[in-house]
Amino acid sequence: MTPNNPSELLYVFGSFTILLLVAGFYCLVVTRSFLRAVIAIELLIKAVTLFFIAVGYITGKPALTQALVITVIVVEVVVVVIAGGIAISVFRKNDSLDITLLNKLKG
Amino acid sequence: MNTIDIVLLVAMTLAAVWSVMGRSLLKATIGLAVTSAILSILIFRLGSPLAAVFELSVCTGLITVVFVSTISLTKPLTHKDIIEMSKKRNRRFIYLPIILGLVAFALIRAGIPKGLIMSTGETVGNVTEVLWNMRQLDMFGQVILIIAGALGVVVLFAEAKDDAK
Amino acid sequence: MMPSLLILIPLFVIMAINLPKHTGRRLAFYLALALFATQMILAVFHQKLFLTNEAVGIDRFFRVDLSIDHLGVVALVCMGIVSISSLFVSRYMPLDESERFKFTNLLVIMSIGMCGIVMAKDIFSLYVFLEITAIASFILIAFKKDIGGLEGAFKYLVLSAIATVFMLLSIAAILLVSKDTSFAAITEALKVSGSQPVVIAAIAIFLCGLFIKGGIFPFHGWLPDAYESSPAPVSILLAGIVTKVAGVYTIMRITMLFGSSASINNVLLLLGTLSILVGAFAALGQDNFKRMLAYSSISQVGYIILGIGAGTPLGMAAAIFHFFNHAMFKSLLFVNAAALEKETGTVSMSKMGGLAERMPVTGTTSVIGILSAAGIPPLAGFWSKLLIIVALWQAGRYSYAAIAIFAGVVTLGYLLTMQRKVFFGKLSAGLDDVKEAGFGIVLPSVILASIVVLTGLLFPFIFQSFIIPVKELLQH
Repeated sequence: MTPNNPSELLYVFGSFTILLLVAGFYCLVVTRSFLRAVIAIELLIKAVTLFFIAVGYITGKPALTQALVITVIVVEVVVVVIAGGIAISVFRKNDSLDITLLNKLKG
Repeated sequence: MNTIDIVLLVAMTLAAVWSVMGRSLLKATIGLAVTSAILSILIFRLGSPLAAVFELSVCTGLITVVFVSTISLTKPLTHKDIIEMSKKRNRRFIYLPIILGLVAFALIRAGIPKGLIMSTGETVGNVTEVLWNMRQLDMFGQVILIIAGALGVVVLFAEAKDDAK
Repeated sequence: MMPSLLILIPLFVIMAINLPKHTGRRLAFYLALALFATQMILAVFHQKLFLTNEAVGIDRFFRVDLSIDHLGVVALVCMGIVSISSLFVSRYMPLDESERFKFTNLLVIMSIGMCGIVMAKDIFSLYVFLEITAIASFILIAFKKDIGGLEGAFKYLVLSAIATVFMLLSIAAILLVSKDTSFAAITEALKVSGSQPVVIAAIAIFLCGLFIKGGIFPFHGWLPDAYESSPAPVSILLAGIVTKVAGVYTIMRITMLFGSSASINNVLLLLGTLSILVGAFAALGQDNFKRMLAYSSISQVGYIILGIGAGTPLGMAAAIFHFFNHAMFKSLLFVNAAALEKETGTVSMSKMGGLAERMPVTGTTSVIGILSAAGIPPLAGFWSKLLIIVALWQAGRYSYAAIAIFAGVVTLGYLLTMQRKVFFGKLSAGLDDVKEAGFGIVLPSVILASIVVLTGLLFPFIFQSFIIPVKELLQH
């Protein structure tokens, strides 16, 4: 019941990556809160990280994928910090973090 | 791969779902942290200890701190509002488990893809060698990114004094 | 000389202007100006300086090698010109000194990111530099911290993060078959296993990510908001160069890397045409001229995508030529928009009128920009559009060529409407004391206009000395 050849491993990890991606995209689509959108992005990046590491494990190059994942994590932190900064600035202007209040630019 | 890996994967997905469905932002953040912590155990088990350390300290730790401080700085809603909001939210978020179930079902039906030829085998050094000898450009990029992030913080957080006037 | 200098010098400039507290701030503008000029010179003379086959000096440190080819030179030159224009315009914005200093810093960081994108020969480094450019753009869009800018920045951030996720998934999937992430290894791997479904899916999602970055039709939602709400110097940068390098140049690179197949070309042609039409018709209905120019940008990028989608060397050469022309006339129009916004205090076209007599230089240069954008001979835009249409015709894509010609008429329509509303007719009430904007805005506008005119007039020369070599280079 424990898969060990490459195709099966890829299938298992790929499936869970897809599930995480679905959860992230769903959250991104239905949410109305600024910060929850950022959480959704985080979940998407978690899925990507899992997939990267799995690929490294399956194809026997964990050193390379590890190096790449470390870079991805650094990028992720910077993006989250900027998103948080934008959220705080919006809150100072608007007193709310509801995306629906922010549709002055629609059209 | 052991049964424990599959258990971890399932637990991680559940934590992610909990983070999406969680009523308050704080719960969602905790859900994210749990997802990230389980992911770092998985990363460790899959033979990438250094990345696991990064995931644990940076994503589970630092990002959670950033989130919690953002939430406390913005304090979006009162308790009453949260209850009001969550009633509406439940209607929108209730479909997630259903959709995930359908996707999982479809994936199980699809079965294991066949005939994929992968380039397996060649292992290139250990991670520090790869990072410092082959991916210097990425390291350089990280330095620039951190400078950009610092500038972003300066630009976006600076004007608190002016607003107060 | 080494390509890595192009990304190292800016880092030193950042250090130089940040470390000494007061002199650095005063010198920031001039140092940044010198930096962009140096970058352009290095790019133009790269053949003498860079084309050694061995990595020397600092390049040996960056073992992931960087390189500049003909496409890269064009992108680097555009970058230099547009960055300088934006830097000049930033002098005339209502910012205090420390804000201007932060702006200059971010501009330099952005230029590191874009140089990296242009020169990277490794798909993951490409992603890292895309991300640097994107993060600098988020901060710049939100720079004024008004609600519009913040919203534009946040929309861009979310969509850009989605694009990132797509690209990373694709890179991971490619790593299944490839030894590492360098272009050479990927080309090698695709020769063996290019037809596997996983690889095809990987290419498709990578392109989707780039379509988001470039604001191409189904993914263009963030672009008008970002352009409209960002401060004037930033919208010059975004429209002139950033989205083009991040979204369009990378598409050229990736299609060259993955090799052009019929299915990729069909997708590019379809999305290119839809972008042209959607952009043009949406622009027709706008009253805010920055927003109109943003939609016009979507439409012009569609032409570049059509050129790439033709799948022939001529198409690619025409695409990069239009890339250059678009960078010139679109940043010219945005510089003029900055002048109008500064002088009249509004961005609504219906509130303007008859400004040609008050702002003669701005009026004239914007006619040049408009005619070039609409493809009127003998200006530069005409030649590049002609080449794209010829390339489509030669590739047997007659219907796409026809649509491209038809959309040119719509483009002329909405741009002339704008010109008439803003510059011609009777002077609107309340605009009596409008005068020409300052030297710092007029100068880049005049320079960009002369580049547009000269490129058009010198076309035979450019055709011989640039397009033919690029075409032949791509044929191999």
